[in-house]
Parts: sequence; C-alpha cells; structure tokens
Amino acid sequence: MKSERGNGAAIESLRRLPVATAPATLLPAVLKRIGLGDAYWRLESPVGPVFVAHSKAGISMVTRAASAPDFERAFERRFGRAVAPEKSPAPAKVRGLVRNVKGQGRGELRYDLRGLSEFERAVLLKALEIPSGEVRPYSWIAREIGHPGAVRAAGSALAKNPVPLLIPCHRVVRSDGHIGNYSLGGARNKRRLLEVEGTRPALLERLAASGIRYLGNPEGKGFCYPTCGGIEDLVKTNTVRFRSEREAMAAGYHPCRVCRPPVARAS
Amino acid sequence: MISHGISRSPAGPPGGFHVVLGQPEQQRGRSALAIREDGDLAERLAEDLDGSFEEVVRAYQDRLFSFALRLTARREDAEEAAQDAFVRAYRALATYPPERIRQMALRAWLYQVTLNVVRNRLRGKRLRLVSLDHPLSPRGETAWEASDSEDARPDAIYERRRRRQDMETLVARLPQRYRAPILLRYVEGLRLEEVARVLGQPLGTAKSNVHRGVNALREALVASRREGVRR
Repeated sequence: MKSERGNGAAIESLRRLPVATAPATLLPAVLKRIGLGDAYWRLESPVGPVFVAHSKAGISMVTRAASAPDFERAFERRFGRAVAPEKSPAPAKVRGLVRNVKGQGRGELRYDLRGLSEFERAVLLKALEIPSGEVRPYSWIAREIGHPGAVRAAGSALAKNPVPLLIPCHRVVRSDGHIGNYSLGGARNKRRLLEVEGTRPALLERLAASGIRYLGNPEGKGFCYPTCGGIEDLVKTNTVRFRSEREAMAAGYHPCRVCRPPVARAS
Repeated sequence: MISHGISRSPAGPPGGFHVVLGQPEQQRGRSALAIREDGDLAERLAEDLDGSFEEVVRAYQDRLFSFALRLTARREDAEEAAQDAFVRAYRALATYPPERIRQMALRAWLYQVTLNVVRNRLRGKRLRLVSLDHPLSPRGETAWEASDSEDARPDAIYERRRRRQDMETLVARLPQRYRAPILLRYVEGLRLEEVARVLGQPLGTAKSNVHRGVNALREALVASRREGVRR
C-alpha cells in the first residue's frame, strides 16, 4: 500500500519533467545531411540581380538583396533555416527564365512551397497558368481556385509569393486596371516586367480607366479578358468592348473558354 | 505548422512549466491529438517526403532530443543522436512505399529509431554515472522550456529546480534497461503497447520493465531523501 503510494509520487515527478529545447543547429544539420538544405545563385533578371535559392524540393526563394549576407539573413528570417551559396552553376532553364521572364518551361520547374497553406499554394499554382503577355485580375484567381469571395486573401497570398518572377504574380492585376502591388521592388518593377513581356500596361490602364473590362469577338461571339491571346487583339478594330460580363452576355456573347471570364449571374 | 500534438501548450499547468505532458488529465486528450495529427503527418509524408520531412523534424526535435538527453546524459551526445535518428528515419522512409508510410505509427517509430541510435552509440561504452549538477542543465535554466512566471518567488523557483534536478539525476542513474521504459511511458507519454513496440519487447515484458523501473526510481527517491542529497 505504502509502496504503491510511493510509486504514484515517482510517476507524478516523471510526468512533471519538462521537454528540453533542441539546439537550433539540429534542424539545419539534419536537412543538410539528407540533402534538403537550401543553396542559392545570384542571377540577372529584368529588374536587376536577384538571389535564387533552391532545395531538393524545388526553387524555394527569389528575392532582391543588397548583398549575399543580406540575402542569407533574409532567407533565414523567413524560413528559419540556413542557406549556403550553390557551388554548381544554375541550370540553363532557371537562368534563362530569370533573365527573360517570358520564357517557356516555367511549369516544368519544381517549386518548394513548404510552409505555405493549401490556399496559398493553390493561388500560386493558379498564377503559374497565366501565359506571358497576359494578365488576370485577382478575382479571376480567387474564382478559379473555388474561393470567389477570397479576392483579398488571394492578393495576400500573391504578396507572399516566395518565388516571384518564376511564379508570375506580376501577371495578376486589379480589376479596375491598376497594376497593383509587387513584392519584388514595388509597382515600378511590376510594370517593367509586364513591358518586357509585351503586355503594354499603360494601354491596359487606359482601357480600364474608360471602364472596359472585356473584349468580344463578333465572329465567334466569345468575350475575353483584354489580354487573352495577347494584347494585339485590342488594337484590332473589329473587337467589341464591354464594361461588364452582364453587358457582354446580354449582347449574346459567351465567356471565352481559354481565359474564362466570369459568367454573369442571372438577375 | 509547427504545432503538433507533441509540442508545447500555451497555457502551462499550475506547476509552472509550460510543458508538462504527463499531467494525467491532459494526457488522454493530448495523446489522442498526437495520434490523430501523427496520421495527418504520415499522410503528407507518404505523398511528399521531401516536402514534409522538415515538418517532422520541427514537430519532434524537442521530444527526441529530450529523450536522447535523458538516455545519454550529455547534450553533445543527445544532439548527435537526435540528428542521426532523423537522418536514419529519412533514409528509411525514402525506401518505403507510400502505403507503408501512411499506415505507420510515426511517433512510436521515431522513438524506436532514436533508441536504436542511442543504444548503438552506447554499445561498448560503460554507462555513465551522472554527478548531481551534471549535465542535464549545463547552461542553466535556458536549457529547458520551463518558465516560472506564475510563481516566481526565488525560493520557490529554487526549490522546484532543485527537486527537478534531483529527479533528473535519479533517472539518469537508473540502469539503462529501466530508464528507457519509464521515460517512454511517463515522460514521453506513450501507451504501453507503443512502449513495448519501441523496446522490441512483448507487452508483458515491457509492462514489467516499466513497473520495475518505477520501483527502482521510488527506492532511489526514498534513499536520496534519507541521505538528504543536496547539491
């Protein structure tokens, strides 16, 4: 009886023993040993030199920084793990895509999106579908991933894009024609990237300022986002201009199957 | 993302530690949670090993390090052992088909890998006896997650710390065959079936080792009080 009580006290003391905190060096050491640590290159891009980090899982970060140590600090602050310079040169595809954002093969690269929520990942993977030379509004992303009400959240997720340039969040703009924010050096760089891609942001803004949201093709009776298939359609004289999907549909036009503008709700 | 069943709770129990996994009333809910989230993690591992392994390390590093620390009684050994355990775990998982990973009892398996690493490291070495002020807190309180914000009187802190240190020392002095069973059962909060699995023993044997371990600890506790063990 007495010994049982003693055992109870011993068990209670055991249960009260605290958990030690693992040394901060443990995680980076493990990741490095299994080849999941990150390494980076410094590459040229249309907005100046950028640092591009990758792990075994894929490209993990693209950002500007004043110096390599600044980049390493920023990386560690964001992901809580260390990053080291990559000894081997960047693959031609990565180098090419960073230097010339409109290149092909972006979808074939792997991206390390650990640490992002499922929603954030869905937003970024959706942005990956927007072709070079085109833009889509934030609301398009939200609707396409099945959260039509989460326009603002989609914007936040794009702002957190760890791999700008490669996942082209610069191709997502505001519905009212404003170019919107950009994590990689602000709106000026966003505009610069769109210009490099031939999207003609100034023309888009003028169009949006005049209230035009969609263009219709009188032959196929489809209506599109203005940049669907490239901006050149805009210059054509036979396009019909619409201020809303309702106006387009009332005129007998249907949403384009390629750029998928919204379907007007029946009132 | 880091928050899994094994990690710390924001509100500590009245004892003053943020982490007291062994509190009986918390134990049930917490291990159920651990098992469920364990399943989620195993699912993600099966789908994307490279993408989710970091999460495994983050979720289990404190627990496995603590476990190894109490087995090896040296921080350096414990860190290396925990590191080796995660590396081995990753390499093993890389060879398993997704279906096998999905059905794994991840938590118990990780303790098992850690225990094997520690045993291999200790093989051939004589088990250490541990002096009273060494080595479970060589860097002082910072080594632990403990916080005494609720009851911060210096004498109370000192008294608790001393008792905890005594307890750590008594545990560290137990024969290895008892140390692992009682650590797994009461400090790490594994179910008896999991303890048996980790130890690679039949349930009855594991159960009796846990029991004998507690008996040995109680005797040591009584003896230490009688001797008035102080630092």
